[in-house]
Amino acid sequence: MIKLNINGKDESLDAPEDMPILWALRDVLHMTGTKFGCGMAQCGACTVHLDGQPIRSCITPVSMAAGKKITTIEAMQEDQVGQVVQAAWREIDVVQCGYCQSGQIMAATALLTTNHKPTDADIDAAMSGNICRCGTYPRIRAAIHAAAEKLA
Amino acid sequence: MNAPLNISRRTFIKATALVAGGLVIAFAIPQAKRFLLPGETKAPADAGGSKLPAPNAFLRIGTDNTITVLLAHSEMGQSIWTTLPMLIAEELDADWSKIQVEHAGAAPQYVHTAYGIQITGGSSTTWSEFDRYRQAGALTRALLINAAAQELGVAKETLRTENGFVVSADKKISYGELAEAAAKLETPTTVVLKDPKDWKIIGKATKRLDSAAKINGTAKFGQDVQFEGLKTAMVARAPVFGGKVKSFDASASKQIKGVQNVVQVPTGVAVIADNYWSAKQGRDALKIDWDLGPNAGLDSKKMVEDYRALAATTGTVAAKTGDSQAALKQAKTVVKAEYIAPYLAHSPMEPLNCTVKIDKDACEIWTGTQMQTTDQAAAAKILGLKPEQVTIHTLFLGGGFGRRANPAADFVSEAVQVAKAAGVPVKTVWSREDDVKGGYYRPMFLHQANIALDDKGLPIAWEHTAVGQSIMLGTPFETVMIKDGVDATSVEGTADSPYLKGIANHQVQLHTVKADIPVLWWRSVGHSHTAFVMESLIDELANAAKRDPLEYRRELLKDHPRHLAALNLAAEKADWEKPLPKGVFRGIAVHESFGSFVAQVAEVSVNAGEVKVHRMISAIDCGLAVNPESLTAQMQSSVSFGLGAALQSEITFKDGQVQQSNFHDYQVLRMKDMPKVEVYIVPSTEKMGGVGEPGLPPVAPAVTNAIFAATGKRIRTLPIGTQLA
Ligand code: FES
Ligand code: FES
Repeated sequence: MIKLNINGKDESLDAPEDMPILWALRDVLHMTGTKFGCGMAQCGACTVHLDGQPIRSCITPVSMAAGKKITTIEAMQEDQVGQVVQAAWREIDVVQCGYCQSGQIMAATALLTTNHKPTDADIDAAMSGNICRCGTYPRIRAAIHAAAEKLA
Repeated sequence: MNAPLNISRRTFIKATALVAGGLVIAFAIPQAKRFLLPGETKAPADAGGSKLPAPNAFLRIGTDNTITVLLAHSEMGQSIWTTLPMLIAEELDADWSKIQVEHAGAAPQYVHTAYGIQITGGSSTTWSEFDRYRQAGALTRALLINAAAQELGVAKETLRTENGFVVSADKKISYGELAEAAAKLETPTTVVLKDPKDWKIIGKATKRLDSAAKINGTAKFGQDVQFEGLKTAMVARAPVFGGKVKSFDASASKQIKGVQNVVQVPTGVAVIADNYWSAKQGRDALKIDWDLGPNAGLDSKKMVEDYRALAATTGTVAAKTGDSQAALKQAKTVVKAEYIAPYLAHSPMEPLNCTVKIDKDACEIWTGTQMQTTDQAAAAKILGLKPEQVTIHTLFLGGGFGRRANPAADFVSEAVQVAKAAGVPVKTVWSREDDVKGGYYRPMFLHQANIALDDKGLPIAWEHTAVGQSIMLGTPFETVMIKDGVDATSVEGTADSPYLKGIANHQVQLHTVKADIPVLWWRSVGHSHTAFVMESLIDELANAAKRDPLEYRRELLKDHPRHLAALNLAAEKADWEKPLPKGVFRGIAVHESFGSFVAQVAEVSVNAGEVKVHRMISAIDCGLAVNPESLTAQMQSSVSFGLGAALQSEITFKDGQVQQSNFHDYQVLRMKDMPKVEVYIVPSTEKMGGVGEPGLPPVAPAVTNAIFAATGKRIRTLPIGTQLA
């Protein structure tokens, strides 16, 4: 049994140590908000926070999360920055197919938590690991700037 | 537009009461003809059918005032989840905040009004549903008014509707309160649609109804289907197209914790496990001896040589006027060029997946599909069931771009085979590597052109040859789409080019290559390569004629007002006449596809071989823009999709195998490379076209034309990659 802290709750689950956090979340805990897109840290669809840092859960084994806090998209409504990011996402009408958006919001929230006024270059640096095949990039950029204004 | 429509003449309509109470509206357009399904030689006489298996409907009004719109099309990002409800809500005078949306099941009344099968594609949803969904709204409104008239004992002419209520001189009754009574009434046979000047919703930028679910992780995609007893499968497929399993050893695989079973299926060997991680490890541990078959020598470089050799021979004529060869012989100035566009994978963000549960005399399928009818037929055929015994639950699609509309039903058929062989409910999941290597690509195309110019630099003869695989060959669409040996999608954008129409001597020849590489429509289909070729060639001609590329196009397109309107709007918004900052250069392109006309101006700089696209100015004439918000989003999306492909995407073969595997080597556009996109809509009352694809074709040539302006180097092979280094 592996013990994890997910969205503030302690969970123990029956999973091998090398199972990536992504599959522990999705297939063992049935939390499907975190998405699978590439499995090799190339697309960002699986982004969650580990002690507040954005990580690619598809390549991070559950053993690495022992004693740390995992935060997922399911908890963003309670996150002070996450809420503002989500509101901006709706205001700017960002989503298309939506499949990448959990990861985008996790990455954007992590960015805005540490950087209250990101420049376009900051956004490029923080968000270029998150692919959106629907090309919502211009709206993601606009929504991050809009959220930054609200947070200021 | 506001004349009464005689619905009974065109449609079969029925209102039925739901068990749970409320009003259901359903109607279907009987299909005079439709495409044949796998195994059919003749469409059944009642194709399109008049049977209405509950709860098939376009609209349900609940006694709680909710209005549920059922989508005959799949939501894959294009915002049809919002646009189709807009059509119903407009005519119904519904309260927009009460609208809920569901995907419809797979059933005859949901077949495409123009294509005859249930399909989402060809940028056709909005125009093809514009009448049907408005009629559904208007019809329901009429029934609600009749019900209110009865209840109040007044003439229906004294009643009006507003925001979810029927309103009389002194009373307001909500639609929910009237729903049950309305369901018992005789359906009107005629209905009056609103005059466009009275529209309150159509034409207004409207935010998406699926936003909330897609930003908090609750939206359900095919990948998210889970239920008690469901297993996850991964299939090891042949490393070469056409390869077969000779033998396999699953003993190591079965040692992996969580692996439940290993079965052979027609496409390979399937590992069935408790979860993805176990399935993947189990698959990695398989030892398979493959018979690689006849394609083990497949090689992209060799294929290009073969295509070139074919181009030198006589092809099938797709368009011909005058004698282009004679005219070319006499010409003083001839421009010759060869262009190549590579194989491309769609790589939607959500890897392919399909969940199948087989019961006695029934099968349930959960997936994100763009083509329910063929999927249903394929599953039924494998299981020996009737199509109506196969239920399809369409989930949100994590992108489609054409990949999830497969006439061969590849990922659905395979999943059915796996579930059948395993004897348990199974979700078959593809990895990203499976997706990149799995075929159904945009076919590679080679184009050659010889063009003669007159003294003024205008084209007087155009000889064009295209070489590539046919998308339609061997599909149910073959009979409709292939005429006299020419697959229309191979030559769309060339054979019907407005430029060629104005040239007295022109010919387009096609060589259809037979190969075992599975190909499919990729966002904008044939236009994805023909626009690149044609708009680059026009730029080459303008350059040979020493003319401004915009002004040259204006002259050639003088009899094509919709092209011109888009071109002029884009040029105006780009300040074409004004100089750009040092080091930044412009390119322009215009192209018609899917009934819409799009022009793009790209602003590009090239430094040390690196291309940077700063700004894309797009103008579109799509006729009526039903939802300008989603139109703008689709244009931005098309720029991203088209630019990523133009800059870096390609699928290549060596020793029979696909050389790319995941997003590190099959590269797509990322945030840092996304330009500013400006979208302008040509005010238009012309025939409606699509918006999901037409923004894509002009992207690549606008960029490569700008690269030519910047460097003098003409990009004739995509992707641009490192050609400028
Ligand atoms: S799934 Fe983890 S980065 Fe793509
Ligand atoms: S919204 Fe579809 S991949 Fe980003």
